[in-house]
Amino acid sequence: MPSFVNVEKCDGCKALDKTACQHICPNDLMVLDKESEKAYNREPEMCWECYNCVKICPTQAVDVRGYADFVPMGASVVPLRSTDSIMWTVKFRSGQVKRFKFPIRTTPEGQAEPTGGWNTDPDLEGPVLFTEPDSLGCDVWTK
Amino acid sequence: MANFETVTVETDLLILGGGMASCGAAVEAAHWAKKNNLKVIMVDKAAVDRSGAVAMGLSAINQYVGVREGDNTIEDYVKYVKQDLMGVARDDLVASIARHVDGSVHLFEKWGLPIWKAEDGSYVHEGRWQLMINGESYKVIVAEAAKNNLGTDNIYERIFIVGPIMEGGVCKGAYGFSVRDDKFYIFKARAVFVAMGGAVHVFKPRSTGEGLGRAWYPPWNSGSSAYFTLKAGAEMTCQEVRFIPVRFKDAYGPVGAWFLLFKSRATNAFGGEYMVERRDELENWKPYGAAKPIPANLRNWLGMLDVMEGKGPIYMQTAEAIQKIADQYKDDPKAHKKKMKELESEAWEDFLDMTISQAILWAASDVQPEETPSEIAAAEPYFIGSHSGASGAWVSGPEDLAPPEYFWGYDHMCTTKGLFAAGDATGASSHKFSSGSHAEGRIAAKAAIRYLVKENPPMPTIDDPTIEALKAKTLKPLDTFAEHKDFTSQIDVNPNYILPKMFMFRLQKLMDEYAGGVGSQFTTSRMLCERGLHLLGILKEDAANLGAPDLHELMRCWENVHRMYQAEAHVRTILFREETRWPGYYFRADFPKLDNDNWLCFVNCIMDPETEEWEMIKRDILPMS
Ligand SMILES: Cc1cc2nc3c(=O)[nH]c(=O)nc-3n(C[C@H](O)[C@H](O)[C@H](O)COP(=O)(O)OP(=O)(O)OC[C@H]3O[C@@H](n4cnc5c(N)ncnc54)[C@H](O)[C@@H]3O)c2cc1C
Ligand code: SF4
Ligand code: SF4
Repeated sequence: MPSFVNVEKCDGCKALDKTACQHICPNDLMVLDKESEKAYNREPEMCWECYNCVKICPTQAVDVRGYADFVPMGASVVPLRSTDSIMWTVKFRSGQVKRFKFPIRTTPEGQAEPTGGWNTDPDLEGPVLFTEPDSLGCDVWTK
Repeated sequence: MANFETVTVETDLLILGGGMASCGAAVEAAHWAKKNNLKVIMVDKAAVDRSGAVAMGLSAINQYVGVREGDNTIEDYVKYVKQDLMGVARDDLVASIARHVDGSVHLFEKWGLPIWKAEDGSYVHEGRWQLMINGESYKVIVAEAAKNNLGTDNIYERIFIVGPIMEGGVCKGAYGFSVRDDKFYIFKARAVFVAMGGAVHVFKPRSTGEGLGRAWYPPWNSGSSAYFTLKAGAEMTCQEVRFIPVRFKDAYGPVGAWFLLFKSRATNAFGGEYMVERRDELENWKPYGAAKPIPANLRNWLGMLDVMEGKGPIYMQTAEAIQKIADQYKDDPKAHKKKMKELESEAWEDFLDMTISQAILWAASDVQPEETPSEIAAAEPYFIGSHSGASGAWVSGPEDLAPPEYFWGYDHMCTTKGLFAAGDATGASSHKFSSGSHAEGRIAAKAAIRYLVKENPPMPTIDDPTIEALKAKTLKPLDTFAEHKDFTSQIDVNPNYILPKMFMFRLQKLMDEYAGGVGSQFTTSRMLCERGLHLLGILKEDAANLGAPDLHELMRCWENVHRMYQAEAHVRTILFREETRWPGYYFRADFPKLDNDNWLCFVNCIMDPETEEWEMIKRDILPMS
């Protein structure tokens, strides 16, 4: 079913006007059922298993079940994303578990400085982009 | 007509799409716009933080030239790209992107993207041009810099762009609708930049059940760039150069790290190595077959020959590769253990950063890559001009590099005035990938601002009747559905309309069978293409009867209309080029050979936006000026 929602954990994002999973799905798949106030994937066969809804859900209600038409049953891959790293728990069909942790960014969230701290004074004429040549570390190549 | 409010937004520069190229365009344009007192807005069908092909993350930056480090020259990159595309690429465009791409990569690092470093502080390469990254948040970081320069007030999310607003042959904006509430949007602009990605689901994918969405290319990029530029009357190029990646079978996990970093071999079921056993076949595709590196399509082709002879499955020999690396440490058990742990983590991160499905498939199949090999296979055809395909708009090169035939005033302007493009939206400049698309977006955005400053084009004057007509056309599927839905007892079977999913299946079936999809071993011919075009013509008529129960389905309707135009451009171009140049991507059974005397050229096309008549054009492949 690609992404699926655990009804016990989903709180409908407390009825805010936009739920987190709906906000983030690049394919507009996640919707909130008005009556039950639970989210669901309206087109599982159009899901890329990109995990964006899984990573963003504040209550860890979203999980992924591999595509039933070619993935054997019994495995799970679950992320836990913090502000600077992500931890993955991979559970095999055999029951074996592996954990992996990777960094995701080196700057505080929201703080990406557009200029990268480089000088920005080239001319609107010519090919030199706003942070160049500093951001290149050399002059802009030309024939 | 469905009762939608019309929202009109005015801007100087309109950026369409919020992916890698658009984020590059936004960060660059915002700088120049502030200096020149101009307004820039960006529109995306999704949330910019996680939209486009990089939504999930990536595990590598595929274009880094390393000029600063003295690793390679711009000329080296141009040579590499042209060789990979069997001689068909624009030197001026490839060089232009290559000379700026390292700057984008250095910015990514400053913005917070973790790039792997060796002990001496240099970047860790996957291959000659590729850098390894911890790329789970790649898109989030790149979007953040764009947002911080542009200001969130200037970003419109969840607006699906349908098509261009044209005035006197000049592109003056775009129209579309919100997928969240009943609003129709008119964006009036003095210049337009388009980067709404490539296209998938034009061809039938291998998985047609629940795994339909697990194409290699993300299901949300549906040919909107191609439709937009075609409907703006822009000349298109390389519409025949589709891309078919070879990936781990079914989940389409990346193989780059296995081939390049771990030096793994691919073998057939009998242990034979097609790259070795079929070396003679490369002779037939000289000079490209005889030069290094061997083009991606020829590598595909050799593997496909094995499959067609029944020698599959094809396996990536992961266990052997890992064993070879581990053997280097066999005298030092501690170092050996550490290395094995490192390799395992690297192998899994490669999937977890960009194709999590592959991790699920391995876990569900109890695959331990150090013990068992895994199947690889050719996926289905995609349109992705930024990767190893080449389809997209034909754009002006930079003033200092483009020969006069490739230069018309502003870098990366389409042949339609006022319209700029980058990333998957531009053609003949393959192998730009995520980083090059970002750099290309920057180049095009700067040129667009220069166009605004120098030419001071007026705002469009689009009148109310024209707006009403666009609105009626956009919302028609909602009206068609509402009018007829009560005629039958179930909404999905109704003789008066076609729902977008079945429309998509119809397109996919005909492309698969007539235009060389998976089901026909990527083989087609004049007769097949002509029959395919006939069926496409009927499909086009039936597009007028698309029905949409809600906003989400209205988006699906337009996505599939966009795909249909991408399909038509593709079939017409394959039909026109009477040779086989890219076996492994597609094979013309009636012209089974490379024909450099007649076809070492670009094939371009233009669709008249009003009559929808097509013109096919041969263009010379020229060196840089
Ligand atoms: C599976 C896969 C793996 C890849 N791996 C790598 C890698 O390891 N390294 C690397 O460097 N590159 C990699 N690439 C290539 C890279 O992702 C692309 O080159 C790059 O994303 C192209 O940028 P773009 O801006 O043209 O398109 P995208 O980044 O895809 O952006 C397209 C944008 O257009 C928007 N859009 C689409 N239609 C509409 C519409 N109608 N209205 C409004 N908005 C719309 C989308 O929401 C999105 O914001 C990979 C690509 C794929 C598909
Ligand atoms: S984000 Fe999580 S809690 Fe919020 S609606 Fe979606 S599934 Fe429910
Ligand atoms: S996994 Fe991705 S595509 Fe699937 S529902 Fe979640 S966000 Fe959407």
